[in-house]
Amino acid sequence: MTRLGTLALLAVALTCLTSGGARAMQSRDSVLEARTSAVASQLRCPVCQGLSIQDSPSELAQSMRSLVREQLAAGRTDLEVKSYFVSKYGEWILLAPKPTGFNVLAYALPILAVVIGGAVIALAVRRWTTTPTRSTSELP
Amino acid sequence: MNNLIGHGALLVTLPFLLLGVIMVPVALRRGRPDLVAIAYGSVYANFLLVSIAALTMIVALVTHDFSVSYVAQVGSRATPLFYTIISLWGALEGSILFWAWVLSFYAMLVVSINRSRAGTLVPYAAMVLMLVSAFFAILLIGPADPFQLVFPVPADGPGPNPLLQNHILMGVHPPLLYLGYVGMSVPFAFAIGALLSGEAESNDWIRLTRNWTVLTWGFLSAAIIAGMWWSYEVLGWGGYWAWDPVENASFLPWLTATAFLHSAMVQERRSMLRLWNINLVVGTFVLTILGTFLTRSGIISSVHAFTTGTIGYYFLAFIGIVLLSSLVMVAGTSGRLKTSGHLDSAASRETVFLLNNLFLTSFMFTVLVGTLFPLVAEAVRGVKVSVGAPFFNRMALPMIVALLFLMGVGPALPWKSASRDELRAKLLPPIGGAALLVVIALVAGIRDVYGVLAFAFVGYSATSNVREFWIGARARHAAHGESWLVALVRLVTGNRRRYGGYIAHLGVFFVALGITASSTLRTETEATLRPGESISLAGRTMRLKVVWGREEKQRTVVGATMEMLDGGRVTRTLEPRMNYYPLSGQPVPTPDVHSGPFGDLYLNLMAVRPDGSNATIKAIYEPLVPWIWFGGGVIVFGAAIGAWPARRRTASVVDAALPVGAVQESAA
Amino acid sequence: MNWKRSLFAACFAIPLIALFMFGLKHDPKDIPSPLPGTVAPLFALAVFAPGQPPLDHPVGDTIRLAALRGHVLILNFWASWCLSCRDEHATLSALARGYVGKPVHFVGSLYQDRTSAATEWIAEMGGQSYPSVDDPKARTAIDYGLYGVPETFIVAPDGRIARKITGPVDAPTVTRIVDSLLAVVPPANGATR
Repeated sequence: MTRLGTLALLAVALTCLTSGGARAMQSRDSVLEARTSAVASQLRCPVCQGLSIQDSPSELAQSMRSLVREQLAAGRTDLEVKSYFVSKYGEWILLAPKPTGFNVLAYALPILAVVIGGAVIALAVRRWTTTPTRSTSELP
Repeated sequence: MNNLIGHGALLVTLPFLLLGVIMVPVALRRGRPDLVAIAYGSVYANFLLVSIAALTMIVALVTHDFSVSYVAQVGSRATPLFYTIISLWGALEGSILFWAWVLSFYAMLVVSINRSRAGTLVPYAAMVLMLVSAFFAILLIGPADPFQLVFPVPADGPGPNPLLQNHILMGVHPPLLYLGYVGMSVPFAFAIGALLSGEAESNDWIRLTRNWTVLTWGFLSAAIIAGMWWSYEVLGWGGYWAWDPVENASFLPWLTATAFLHSAMVQERRSMLRLWNINLVVGTFVLTILGTFLTRSGIISSVHAFTTGTIGYYFLAFIGIVLLSSLVMVAGTSGRLKTSGHLDSAASRETVFLLNNLFLTSFMFTVLVGTLFPLVAEAVRGVKVSVGAPFFNRMALPMIVALLFLMGVGPALPWKSASRDELRAKLLPPIGGAALLVVIALVAGIRDVYGVLAFAFVGYSATSNVREFWIGARARHAAHGESWLVALVRLVTGNRRRYGGYIAHLGVFFVALGITASSTLRTETEATLRPGESISLAGRTMRLKVVWGREEKQRTVVGATMEMLDGGRVTRTLEPRMNYYPLSGQPVPTPDVHSGPFGDLYLNLMAVRPDGSNATIKAIYEPLVPWIWFGGGVIVFGAAIGAWPARRRTASVVDAALPVGAVQESAA
Repeated sequence: MNWKRSLFAACFAIPLIALFMFGLKHDPKDIPSPLPGTVAPLFALAVFAPGQPPLDHPVGDTIRLAALRGHVLILNFWASWCLSCRDEHATLSALARGYVGKPVHFVGSLYQDRTSAATEWIAEMGGQSYPSVDDPKARTAIDYGLYGVPETFIVAPDGRIARKITGPVDAPTVTRIVDSLLAVVPPANGATR
């Protein structure tokens, strides 16, 4: 167990070191780049099949990416940049539908599936573990 | 001539199939084994006739017989022979023909392997397979007829879709996909056969079904990985998975089939989950048909959605019939299949399998919801929305990391119940592996929470799975004095399904590490270079030597020769290219990849000046991507071991039942 | 068989099938643009292809949307690598000539193409009657929510987008829309071209 403890400590120490160093190195440029790629990966490339403008090698995607960068550099928020593209292309351009209104369904259904399924399993396991042992439950 | 032969073979096979379908219930009701033999004969005849049709199509393609509509659609004299042959599955009609061919082969295999089996399960299964085959035969005679006569005969054709003739993997991925996809019809046929024959209450059919599922699951896994590889090598964006509907379509049945492979064990061992298992098998088949419908009917836009006429309605009718009849049949007989479950303890492998099924089916449901949601939103709101990578990543990542963790817990826990000491001895040591991988992840620079979690759980689960091999081999080594290697080999061959499964797990871990590392640590740079100028990425320098162009028989190629420099010396040259095919405005990117053990250097040519004075190059460093392909190979290896027919059929079942310490007795 | 349970289960299949029925009747590639009815995005782009008299503009001149208020604008996005652009080229040139003397302007906007290739293309096609401007970095194209070429926007005299046409235009459609827009323009505005 002591070996484990040492490893864990080492891990924590390394995290602090590396993340601290990284933060110091982060220039304004890399913040802008990171924001650009975060926004660009949320926007769908109009001339591709389901790729984001961050991933797509197409020319239009490159132009759109540089426009995202420019707008962010000019002080617009991520949300404002996204709304600009929505106003031009419609909701279609968002790769993840806005979680409002009817779209909530897309996010809620999977979570409901896990929760309901989990509850069913929890109940079943509780019931099955309390039924008396039968010898018939041995190998067929 | 080819029109006649192909068309004729398909026309003749339909009555054979219908005859066979009718023969089965008649024979079984009247107790006439000779009539069953006629039904089986139909299965063989169908295989023969569809083979004739498919081979005729290949001949027509190779000989450029443009009087055949399909050849006129995808053939061209300039296309190289290899791509001419594989264009058999390059467009809608051909792919349906190929589907029918694979299905007829599977049906023939099922009958010839199992025909001596007692009971009515196999005849009913053959009937179901013939019904499905009949659907495809109808498609091939009607809306997807590839053998229509074209008059006047064109002198040449346009050639296959450029994307499909640009890489050799196009000859690998589709056949594997069909073997996996179509193969899921066999478990379905057994499940329906079990319901019809009244064998669903016994567990024997599940063993048979599970063996088939391991086989087709192996093909499907290989196909998915090969598809990722193809996408990586051809689409030029440096990724391998975009959550495109066509990718999702292949992934959905894989998830339910994976769930079934695990929950089937619970039924075999504890006679539980009968109804659930039937649902999984039927669901897997419905998902394969649904996936085909989605990608072939043009209902959802996708990478290679084929454009079509009325075929969507045929598929819809078929899905409706399959869905309704299976639901009616399964629900109607569900009373018989109810089991009074019993578990000795919540801390048991059974419980882990239940959770595994929860997350796998929820994952499937998530992907299904995401794939269909644009359609739902349009129907309800009248607005087009997109559901892409950001949605799927956000929703699926928690389930994926949970599954990675369970993959380590399941093998460590015994069936029935575990004592506190057992739990401690099995579950604690793998934490060391988790800690090690967390350190590696953090040192490598992964800061994403799910990325670190994925590394942690892979570390945990890989240790846990490897320990199973070690514990088993150690027991044999101690008991029989076998050398470690012999002990390991005998351990695996003595219980193929179990250890094949663990090997497949190890493959999944490689894939998981590859995906995690490449999606969190990828770096890229893009520059417009003149010859002699260079770019640097991930400690490597690449210099543009020359921009060139050349005419090939079926295309025009523009490329850039990039030299990889190591201390001023050229160690390697890479040639990213753009291929221009006639009748296609956009060039097909053809990136060049330099693979190392820990990552790929991926170069894509984005643009060139026509005079060759400069080229725009995108360079991507993709950590651990080769691990994905390697992991895929390991998964297939594990599946092959699991699917290999056991010499003693009962032996594997008994072995699996024994706790780890008892392996030596059973082997003695 | 328990038919009641069967029927209940079957009910789950029906919405799914209905959804697919709906889907088969809709084209996933047909994405409606939110732009018609809204104010057309402003642009100021430099002419690279002058067009032919009397519709010509000197190369290097800037065409500004703001200056076209009170006029109808037909803004056509095109490229030399675009196959369908060949189909509509003659139609557009002829239409533009037909409106000479009316307050109607035709402007081509080059989309992701080199002006040299585009100039060659125009020569090869036998000339273009109206001027074309270059749109570097596709900024204006993105402003107009472009998916591909050709796409054509008809801007009303009040500065709103009246119509977006995806794919090659046909003369009757354009004439009908332009004429209906002209019908509401006060004649005093329509003196110059």
